[in-house]
Amino acid sequence: MSTTAIPLPDVAARPLTLRLHEWVTTVDHKRLGILYIVYALIFLMVGGVEATIMRIQLIRPHNDFVSPQAFNRMFTMHGTTMIFFVAMPLMFGFANYLAPLMIGARDMAFPRLNAFSFWMTALGGLLLYFSFLGGDGLYGAGSAPDVGWFAYAPLTARTFSVGHSTDFWTLSLLSSGIGSIGTAINLIATILCMRCPGMTLGKMPLLVWLNLVMSWLVILAVSPLSAAQIMLLIDRYLGGHFFDAQAGGSAVLWMHFFWIFGHPEVYVLVLPAFAFASEIIPVFSRKAIFGYPVMVVATIAIGFIGMSVWAHHMFTIGMSAGANTFFVLSTMAISVPTGIKIFNWLATMWGGKLSFATPMLFCTGFLFQFLVAGLTGVTLAVAPMDWQLGNSYYVVAHFHYVIVGGILFTVFGAFYYWFPKASGKMLSEELGKLHFWLFLIGFHLTFDFMHIPGILGMPRRIYTYEPGRGWDFWNLLVSVGVVFQAAGVLVFAFNLVWSYWNGKDAGRDPWDAWTLEWSAPSPPPVYNYATIPTVRSRRPLWDLKHPEDPDWRYE
Amino acid sequence: MSPTTIFAPASTPADSIFGLSVLVLVTVAAIFIAVFGLLAYVVLRFRRRSHDRSEPPQIYGSTQVELAWTVVPVLIVVALFLASARVIASVQNATHPPGALQVIVTGHQYWWEYQYPSLKITTANELHVPVSIPTFLTLLSADTDHSFWVPRLAGKTDLIPNHPNSMWIDPHETGLFLGQCAQYCGTQHAKMLLRVYVDSPAEFERWVRTQQQAPSSAASSQGQRVFEATACINCHTVSGTSANGKFGPDLTHLMTRETIASGAAANNHGMLRLWIKNPDAIKPGSKMPAMGLSDPDLDAVTAYLETLR
Repeated sequence: MSTTAIPLPDVAARPLTLRLHEWVTTVDHKRLGILYIVYALIFLMVGGVEATIMRIQLIRPHNDFVSPQAFNRMFTMHGTTMIFFVAMPLMFGFANYLAPLMIGARDMAFPRLNAFSFWMTALGGLLLYFSFLGGDGLYGAGSAPDVGWFAYAPLTARTFSVGHSTDFWTLSLLSSGIGSIGTAINLIATILCMRCPGMTLGKMPLLVWLNLVMSWLVILAVSPLSAAQIMLLIDRYLGGHFFDAQAGGSAVLWMHFFWIFGHPEVYVLVLPAFAFASEIIPVFSRKAIFGYPVMVVATIAIGFIGMSVWAHHMFTIGMSAGANTFFVLSTMAISVPTGIKIFNWLATMWGGKLSFATPMLFCTGFLFQFLVAGLTGVTLAVAPMDWQLGNSYYVVAHFHYVIVGGILFTVFGAFYYWFPKASGKMLSEELGKLHFWLFLIGFHLTFDFMHIPGILGMPRRIYTYEPGRGWDFWNLLVSVGVVFQAAGVLVFAFNLVWSYWNGKDAGRDPWDAWTLEWSAPSPPPVYNYATIPTVRSRRPLWDLKHPEDPDWRYE
Repeated sequence: MSPTTIFAPASTPADSIFGLSVLVLVTVAAIFIAVFGLLAYVVLRFRRRSHDRSEPPQIYGSTQVELAWTVVPVLIVVALFLASARVIASVQNATHPPGALQVIVTGHQYWWEYQYPSLKITTANELHVPVSIPTFLTLLSADTDHSFWVPRLAGKTDLIPNHPNSMWIDPHETGLFLGQCAQYCGTQHAKMLLRVYVDSPAEFERWVRTQQQAPSSAASSQGQRVFEATACINCHTVSGTSANGKFGPDLTHLMTRETIASGAAANNHGMLRLWIKNPDAIKPGSKMPAMGLSDPDLDAVTAYLETLR
């Protein structure tokens, strides 16, 4: 058998337009993963600017930095952007990049669906921001949507929301929803059907397991959201009355549709965050994950219980005492599997040899903040406490503790951990530590003190507030924290760009890690693996490095 | 002390929530200290020493340990759940005692309407209730969703169109209790403020008598003519006159209120005049339009409104 070497074209010599064209037409899971992530990082900056505008406005009572109309658009756009165009694309980006590599596959199951899904998501983001230009429509009223990110009926009815801003919001979520469902189907098919020889379900890396459960949740949660968006469009343009209370429709129906999406969505975002922690913590503790089967079972339990807790967002809408009691129980129940996860990570660290490189620093921050977020979550699960604290700044502080303190911290950790794989260059550790400490200080200034005005009766979504309620000082502190967070994010962005050109060469396996992606070159070639690997345990690279004491003897 | 803190309850529902909150907060604080202590210990104790390149012993799990940290949280959850269920039932399933006051609260963009069906009173933005006697509020909405939240008196309950809700308060002390709309309802959600006056029985009696009186119908003034000849009467009611609009607050006894624009401004001559001249100067985006009155008409209407006691 003879082989002929096919000469590869010199990549760098091709014109820029051609190279860009390759990015637009790519169906490679790694390139699509990077597209998702870059796209999300751009929107992270945009959403951050929106948050900063809000915090300047709230720095003192009766401030008039922006008009009430502009403020209402800012919080709507901030929430929608951060959830749908930052958090979800980040998670899909990492899953896209990592899942095939970690299961020893050459690409996703459906590469073209993968590209289609990304571009639908991208279209969604563009539609949302096009509202700044096109939202005026024929009425000359409104520009960006101002109905809040959960867009309660009947505020979205044409009576109360003239112009097209709400339509852009609806179409944007519909479009990105199609993308999300497409990617979820793709991930499930890839993970279930394309694992390399030897990788049974019980030997998959936890990251893959968590993304599998996440994908099921996306299908279950985003479908009702998309259905609700279509119903809203029917209400607005075809004379439907699903949510039109004046014509016998139900505002509460929208709430159910939205939160049967909205709460599982939290787990859609947090399971991949758990996934990063479950890969990073063992490597930097130099120990196998503690209680792998229990971690898998806890994940599946979170998936199931997570589908039955949505109405804890609705404790104040006048449900019966029986219904409220049920949702208290289901919501509290979910703290058991999440608690188990925290204990397992701690047990993984216990007896290990911890080294605090930047990825591990972020994961340690995550452990602390997720503990606090979980505990404030328990206080909000107690319906009577929610009657007081629901829709107050306490809730805003709580969910930012989850999404920023928990999820974003692990995402940053994941960047420092896998950037060397994707680029072949290490991120600067010095800048990474500066990023960590700036962001940690900013995070705690902002979100620790944000709980207090909520306890003192400050509702969310108010563009200004009255003096003399004990809120002024805390709001000032909260706003000051933004400076540190913004500085941290800028250091991070600079680090990404600088290290891409000037970073140290990473080699295949800079962290002495154990999962398959570290056996591929950095960056991996288009086909990932020249020879499809065969595995015998959950840590194939440990087996290679320690032939005298391989994992498969114990699993 | 903040006038809107949830930690100074002055009514039974707020009291029961406060009691439960203390129990829950103590429990989660204890969990926090235990787990945080564990995390801090692990981080400090198990750092890699420099030059140590060997791998630690690999431990894959332990059924007993897993069982322990499953069972203990389950027990805590059951305890907190039972405590919550008890408070939910006691607040939500409270019976209406005879003699309780009934008030219908209607949320509007961006103000509150209060009707006392048994006393035949309609007023706006400032709720008066007697001390100690339970008041049951029926919560309705004329447009979008709102939420009634006076933290020292009770937790919040939403006002949702076509979905009547109810809640109750029984303040133990007299005074003014503040709060505000807690469900985003549109542009001026921030200035949809709540003021609940808890009156002594005598004060409440006096307030009821004032509100039930026919308004002092002095000889109709120039201001009244302007008021009735412009679109003011499309939205506002002054009982006993041709003004019978329902979209805006009832003005029959306007001067008995301390604030205008749903608590956003003091009810004095300057603010009242400014509010009529240009509502956006006080509450940009409020539903009251600027009527474009000439200065003399503006003065006359302001003077007329100031006679509504």
